[in-house]
Amino acid sequence: MNVADAVMLSVSGDRTLPEPAPKPLIEISDVEKIFGGGEIRALSDINIAINECEFFTLLGPSGCGKTTLLRMIAGFEHPSSGNIMLAGKDVLSLPPRARSVNMVFQNYALFPHLSVAQNIAFGLEMLNWSKFEISERVAEVLALVRLESFRSRKPAQLSGGQQQRVALARALAPRPQVLLLDEPLSALDLKLRKEMQFELKQLQRETGVTFVLVTHDQEEALAMSDRLVVMSAGRVQQLGTPQEIYGKPANRFVADFIGEANLIPGGLLGRRRDVTLSIRPERIEIATVSSFVKLYGVLKAATFLGADTLMEIEAGGIVVRARLRGAQMAAPGSEIGLCWPDDAEWELRE
Amino acid sequence: MRLKTTLLLLLPAIGLIFLFMVIPMLISLLYSFMTANVYGGVTMPLTVDAYVQMLFDQDFSGNLTFMPDYLWIMLRSFYLAVATTVLSLALGFPVAWYIMCQSPARRTLLLTLVTLPFWINTLIRTYCWILLLRDSGLVNGFLQYLGLIDHPLPLLYNQPAVLLGLVYTFLPFMVLPIYATLERLDPRLVEAAYDLYASRWRLFRRVIWPLTKPGIAAGTVLVFAPALGSFLQPDMLGGGKQLLIGSLIEMQFTSSRNWPFGSALAILVTAAVILALILQSRRTKAMEARA
Ligand SMILES: Nc1ncnc2c1ncn2[C@@H]1O[C@H](COP(=O)(O)OP(=O)(O)O)[C@@H](O)[C@H]1O
Ligand SMILES: [Mg+2]
Repeated sequence: MNVADAVMLSVSGDRTLPEPAPKPLIEISDVEKIFGGGEIRALSDINIAINECEFFTLLGPSGCGKTTLLRMIAGFEHPSSGNIMLAGKDVLSLPPRARSVNMVFQNYALFPHLSVAQNIAFGLEMLNWSKFEISERVAEVLALVRLESFRSRKPAQLSGGQQQRVALARALAPRPQVLLLDEPLSALDLKLRKEMQFELKQLQRETGVTFVLVTHDQEEALAMSDRLVVMSAGRVQQLGTPQEIYGKPANRFVADFIGEANLIPGGLLGRRRDVTLSIRPERIEIATVSSFVKLYGVLKAATFLGADTLMEIEAGGIVVRARLRGAQMAAPGSEIGLCWPDDAEWELRE
Repeated sequence: MRLKTTLLLLLPAIGLIFLFMVIPMLISLLYSFMTANVYGGVTMPLTVDAYVQMLFDQDFSGNLTFMPDYLWIMLRSFYLAVATTVLSLALGFPVAWYIMCQSPARRTLLLTLVTLPFWINTLIRTYCWILLLRDSGLVNGFLQYLGLIDHPLPLLYNQPAVLLGLVYTFLPFMVLPIYATLERLDPRLVEAAYDLYASRWRLFRRVIWPLTKPGIAAGTVLVFAPALGSFLQPDMLGGGKQLLIGSLIEMQFTSSRNWPFGSALAILVTAAVILALILQSRRTKAMEARA
């Protein structure tokens, strides 16, 4: 609490103020996008509020409209209807250069004729910062992405991961309110991708800038986001924290798209026929006592994966997948009883 | 093995260049050091008179006096070639940019339109300009019809008319290479510049111009070289009053019957163009070295 707040409090009496709700920085309301004169419906009915200092992710399969939505926030696309507010201001009429939002492009889009330092300084020069301020800030962000020794190289002389970090530094240098990242890691190999996931997350915490990330990789989305939205066919399927989305998928699409899920018809478990139960493979166990068994099945295959064994069990016309710790000794063809804790069940109503 | 195949494949091209460029140039070089035959052609003895003649007047007793007439022609030619190049660039860049911004179908159409003049003989096209510009031509006729002028404007047979003809003829050679580099420009770089708060002008100055320099350089050479040696446009649109080096060379082989002097002038133009090319490639190399 600062002095001004304290004064306010004393003036307004001793009423206790309610805990402030996180302030939405970006508000997307009823946004719709139609391309090609009405033929392609890229986005419909999008309502998303992204908070300040949040790591927010747009997750969905290719072609679901993630890039289009991101480009709308940047100002490169215009919604066919609906509204976008940034920090409480309507930004629809503003061109990209009038929005305090910077983008990390999918292929980085570094200026090939400029050095690393010149690339990073570009936005600052366009904002007419002084020479001194620019050189200070460039040094600062170069240190942030640990590229100090590469400042005079050209983009073509850098590896993919280094180019990625230059793109990040360039977009962060003008201190934007929001950093937009369009599949920033998809061009990197697996190991580098894991490293960069960690670095990105750390960078977001250090800078306190709101990150909006686009990805089709659900593991990446779960690992990095504070909150995420799952999209499909231009619509929001679910919005929530990674835990909520993984544990309580809103519908079949989300349950299936996020991690692995067994979708078991309610009828098979003696429940209502119109519900489907989603149960994660790692929550399923082999019952040792017959009174615990929730579902009987025949073991079709068991694949040893090192830390786990993946079992495929046929039960009532569907195949249930169970991920069990360590090596398992059951022979294919044998009948086994499956059980799981009650809180592993999640009812889907679609 | 690879090298042999490469050489074999290059042979026809090398042969053509040798036959139609190197040999004629060697002949020109040889002729320029010979003596003029009064009926055309060349005879012995070998002499450097043709080169001396460029700057000095020689009387019957062999005394040399400085005569700047030809020097003026050369300077004027150079000036017109530079002006043509600059104007072609100023007009051609926006055209190339405009074409690049269109849909693919329209691009093809517009590029075809740019190359359309190539299908008609330059002589005929230049003659059409006379029909447009002369006192009783379309432009003056129209202006008089509108009552804007009483007497026809002197649109033809002057330096601006020559410049117009040159720019008109060589503009496509500027548009096409610039378009080729613009087309290869990653549109995301434009978006990145806008995203980083660039204005239109600074986008052009800081991103598009530096990245299209190779196309601009190619266009500059393709316009400058033929403009320097042109004779059709100066003759027809300048009315012979605007003698340029191209016309001067042509005259030496026809009415003046001074083949050695014509050859010497041709060698001079070629040398100027080659020098420009060398300087150009030096600059490009220096730029790449800095890159
Ligand atoms: N400029 C455009 N013109 C026409 N259709 C487009 C355009 N941009 C995107 N689309 C279409 O909109 C849909 C969503 O695209 P996009 O936002 O790129 O998806 P994602 O990034 O999720 O893969 C796709 O069907 C795509 O073909
Ligand atoms: Mg995309």
